[in-house]
Amino acid sequence: MKRSRVTSTVIVYGVLLVTVVVAAIITASRGRNFFSTGNLDNILTATTILGLIAIGQTLVILVGSLDLSVPYVVSLASVVGGGIMAGQAGGIVPALLVTLLVCGAIGAVNGAIVAGLHVHGFIATLGTGLVLSGYLGSTYQGSSGLAAYQWRLLDATRIGPVPMAFLLMLGCAALAVLVLRRTRLGHHLYAVGGNKEVARMSGLRTAVPVMVAHTTCSMLSGLAGLVLLARLGVGQPTVGSQGGYDLMSIAAVVLGGTLLAGGKGNIAGTLAGVAIFAVLDNAMGVMELNPFLKDVVRGVVIVVAVAVYARRELDRRPARFDRPGAGQASPHPPPGAAKPTGPTGPAGTTDKTLEASR
Amino acid sequence: MSAPTASPAGSPAGERAATGADRSGTVPAHSGGLGRRISVGLVTPGGAVFVLVALLLVAIMLTNPNFTDPGALIRFVGRTAPIAIAAMGQFYVIVSGEFDLSMAAVIATQVVIAGNVIGLEDSRILPGLLLMFVVGTAIGLVNGLASTLLRVPSFIVTLGMMLALTGLVRYVTGGAATGNPTETFRDIGRGGIEGVPVLEILPWSVVVLAVVAAASAWLMRRPFGRTLVAAGDNPDALSHAGASLWWVKTRAFVLSSLSATVAGILLVGYAGVHPSVGAGYEFTAITAVVLGGVVLGGGRGWVLSAAAGAFALELLFLLLTALGVEATWRDTVQGLIIIAAVALAARTWSGVRRPRASSPVVTATPPATPENPTKSTTEGDR
Repeated sequence: MKRSRVTSTVIVYGVLLVTVVVAAIITASRGRNFFSTGNLDNILTATTILGLIAIGQTLVILVGSLDLSVPYVVSLASVVGGGIMAGQAGGIVPALLVTLLVCGAIGAVNGAIVAGLHVHGFIATLGTGLVLSGYLGSTYQGSSGLAAYQWRLLDATRIGPVPMAFLLMLGCAALAVLVLRRTRLGHHLYAVGGNKEVARMSGLRTAVPVMVAHTTCSMLSGLAGLVLLARLGVGQPTVGSQGGYDLMSIAAVVLGGTLLAGGKGNIAGTLAGVAIFAVLDNAMGVMELNPFLKDVVRGVVIVVAVAVYARRELDRRPARFDRPGAGQASPHPPPGAAKPTGPTGPAGTTDKTLEASR
Repeated sequence: MSAPTASPAGSPAGERAATGADRSGTVPAHSGGLGRRISVGLVTPGGAVFVLVALLLVAIMLTNPNFTDPGALIRFVGRTAPIAIAAMGQFYVIVSGEFDLSMAAVIATQVVIAGNVIGLEDSRILPGLLLMFVVGTAIGLVNGLASTLLRVPSFIVTLGMMLALTGLVRYVTGGAATGNPTETFRDIGRGGIEGVPVLEILPWSVVVLAVVAAASAWLMRRPFGRTLVAAGDNPDALSHAGASLWWVKTRAFVLSSLSATVAGILLVGYAGVHPSVGAGYEFTAITAVVLGGVVLGGGRGWVLSAAAGAFALELLFLLLTALGVEATWRDTVQGLIIIAAVALAARTWSGVRRPRASSPVVTATPPATPENPTKSTTEGDR
């Protein structure tokens, strides 16, 4: 029992702490202060965009799906928002409403394809991402739209060393945590992600959490696009794909201890995962590392960090769910032993998806 | 997979399972004659992709009469060979329930190795090829061992590998085209046997594709292939049956990066040496595999359907060009077709399988294992 206190979230924050210490030492060795206001501001700014997207991605992964369309949603939000805003303060509210609505609609389509047509989230969102990329490529050449001055303040204003946009991201995270921990919907999200068949047989409408997760994820990506609009001043149709937000957000979520197969994980871990990336980037920036080598370090860190806890996390999980089943099956060992461990039986193929990759 | 043959010659796991497949105790090698098996196979997603390829081919020939020329056709096959080979490599990984996102990075790595190690000396071709295959094997081993023994999801392992390799290649080359392998080496990709009757030229890439396809089809009928599909279908059952899951899956990753290596060798001829050669291949290969009716998550699919999926994808692009669709809209059409194809496939798989798969559970026949071979029966032998 004592061991189970060391959850993956604790480990992730441990890794974050180690990263911070190492980064601080590296920064100090270069004669600079890691904890200076400017540097902290730098890191917090770097976490904002990926943080917003990763919160949404966490919900989608928790429910057992994936969202690869986020970069294109981000780009779309930045050009649509910028187009409506057109530099006018009066355009801010309509721009926000329309952009979030459009992004929400894209998310709803994603969710409907995944839940209704039973297409794997990977393929469904790869498909909608391609659709959006085609639209963006055909409709927009170069940057388009202009952020209002007041909207640009969102990214420029700071409370102490903390940028406003970062607070916005934290607010979204708090909301997501609240939904996951305190509402029926949140629990359903975990249930469907953990085992869709069991959730369905327990009387859940499994489509609802999937739809909600995808819609929220796309809306948060849209918000990220709007923050990028505030930062850059203009909308850019390639801003999302340049950031590589699809794979990086998934990496941050998994780094944060969420199971890629769904059903287990939390927002706090994801935020730590995003922060690890930001601190790492910051330290490598201080070291003036070759930008191409940064990718190498990032790649290695992702795998090593996940490897640190992936093994024990997964080993512990079956013990919790399988013992009763194994006990019952003991009179007839051969069939019991040959059965899949999940209670799904042959129907399990419907929700296998990434599960096999465990 | 063509499992009606479900092979007493299969793995120990497959063997035991197969004996339970029929309640009377004997397993017929096939149900129905060849014609019936083909017609049954064609309605599964893995078979339907061949119909799709045929339809697209006819459509292109109607819009662009030049394409009816056998020479043009074989050159198209040659151009598509790298992506088809990559798709077959991706198939091994996907059918065992994993992902390989590092494919494009492996291609880029191999292309750069070819450019810099082989250079302009013919004598270095063989050592260079050897080095490329060794590097490919090593990458596959790392991917496989990290995702099986360290239990890091393969999505993450291969994503990390992708970042690391891309970064390294760009660092080494400075992000620009460097090195130029000798013409003899590039001929593997763009040359061919001249003076073939009807075809004028038989590109080497077509020969390589044919060899790889034949070897893959053979491999998937071997115990390794059967075990690989079983690993994707039900890893727990497989490990209970005594197969070593990690080694089976690791070999799948090695095969995947070796396929990427072969694709890279062919691409050197077509595209030359640049670190961005092969960019996007991982998603294209996965798309091709899925279009070929292979189920993400593993356990279902035929390796040649994956190759056919690659051809369907390339033919689709060709058709869009022939129809004068603007290049920028191609992504959109591709996205819509992927979703539609997979949605349709999801329906078909569940429709074909469900009655058979659920019967052993309902009637509780003694050995509950036959699940695996019975399910796969549906795909038939082609």
